Amino acid sequence: MTLSWKTGGILLGLVFLAAVLLVKPIGVSTQFVIADGIIADAISPEFITETEEGYTSENAYMAKSNGKYAKNASNPLNYSFVFVLAMMAGAAISSFLRGGVKGGEKTMPNIWRENFGDSALKRFAVSFLGGFIIVFGARLAGGCTSGHMMSGLMQTSISGYMFTLGAFGAGIPIAMMLYKKSEG
Amino acid sequence: MTTIILAIVIGGAFGVVLDRIGATNPKYALKMLALTNLHLMKTILLAIGVASVAMFAGQMAGLVDVAHMSVKTAYLGVFIGGLLLGTGWAVTGYCPGTGLSAAATGRKDALFFIAGGLLGAAAYMASYSWIKSTGILDNMFGGKATVAAVPGTDYPSLFEGLPGDIVGIVLGLGFIVIAFALPSKFVGSGDVHGTTIPAE
Repeated sequence: MTLSWKTGGILLGLVFLAAVLLVKPIGVSTQFVIADGIIADAISPEFITETEEGYTSENAYMAKSNGKYAKNASNPLNYSFVFVLAMMAGAAISSFLRGGVKGGEKTMPNIWRENFGDSALKRFAVSFLGGFIIVFGARLAGGCTSGHMMSGLMQTSISGYMFTLGAFGAGIPIAMMLYKKSEG
Repeated sequence: MTTIILAIVIGGAFGVVLDRIGATNPKYALKMLALTNLHLMKTILLAIGVASVAMFAGQMAGLVDVAHMSVKTAYLGVFIGGLLLGTGWAVTGYCPGTGLSAAATGRKDALFFIAGGLLGAAAYMASYSWIKSTGILDNMFGGKATVAAVPGTDYPSLFEGLPGDIVGIVLGLGFIVIAFALPSKFVGSGDVHGTTIPAE
């Protein structure tokens, strides 16, 4: 059972407020880059190197902003990375307490099954491609639904409005075309 | 150490709330984007409004440190990236935060979302220098711009003459009004889940 939009909206707003009040605005998608950095550096230790001024990387994106990402990938126990891990733990605990995701819903949401059939392979392949384009897009934009849309709009950021226009501008017509059946 | 504790507390609360508002279930995002059930849209709009009004009011009252704001840079790639993210969002029902959270609740398709996301991030890292050379990462509107000038910050703004904190409160109230004004669901959609709230 989901919360009413009023209760849920106030709680979600309070979480975003608490983040700005105590630390900084919430963001998630950067941590995909940090995770990649951790993996790449584990495979090839020269991927991230410590310099006298801090950290740098052989990858230009990892090294940008004075090696900010390189530093975080070298020290995963930092605020933003732990934040995302805690978010996952919070979602897992909440879901568990509600009885968890059950049966066929674990493989794909029912709304997908109604519109595109029961093939797990198809849903998994599309989820993979979707994940690719979403995180690529989020990195190009410099943020995602959390960082740009929620945190951005609450701060009256112009970039937040640009992102939101793009995300809903593409998302609404595509979802309307794809999900014609949405009874369950 | 304090920051790590804050990360665990705020991050954990974020995850719990994402799950409780239905954001870990792709159904709600998909129905929101297909405009068949606006429950999640109303939730998000109210959240933005509440957070915005409280943050700017808190700044005016001296309770919220303006330095904690972090406005992101505006450039053409923000819009293009938004289009890409919106496309994937409309197909899968996931965005980065909700996809990770959904995987944590036991959704297997979300694990494939994460794998694709890690590869997408890697592809961006590999193509960053080239993308930067195209110019779509160049600043627009002066870079880290806000709608109006926020006192105590040096963010550029579209309307320099207007007080950014008051504009923030007005826009926040606007989001709250829209949240109340939108219908929960449109006529013709037969969904009964998640619409436990009486109509306005």
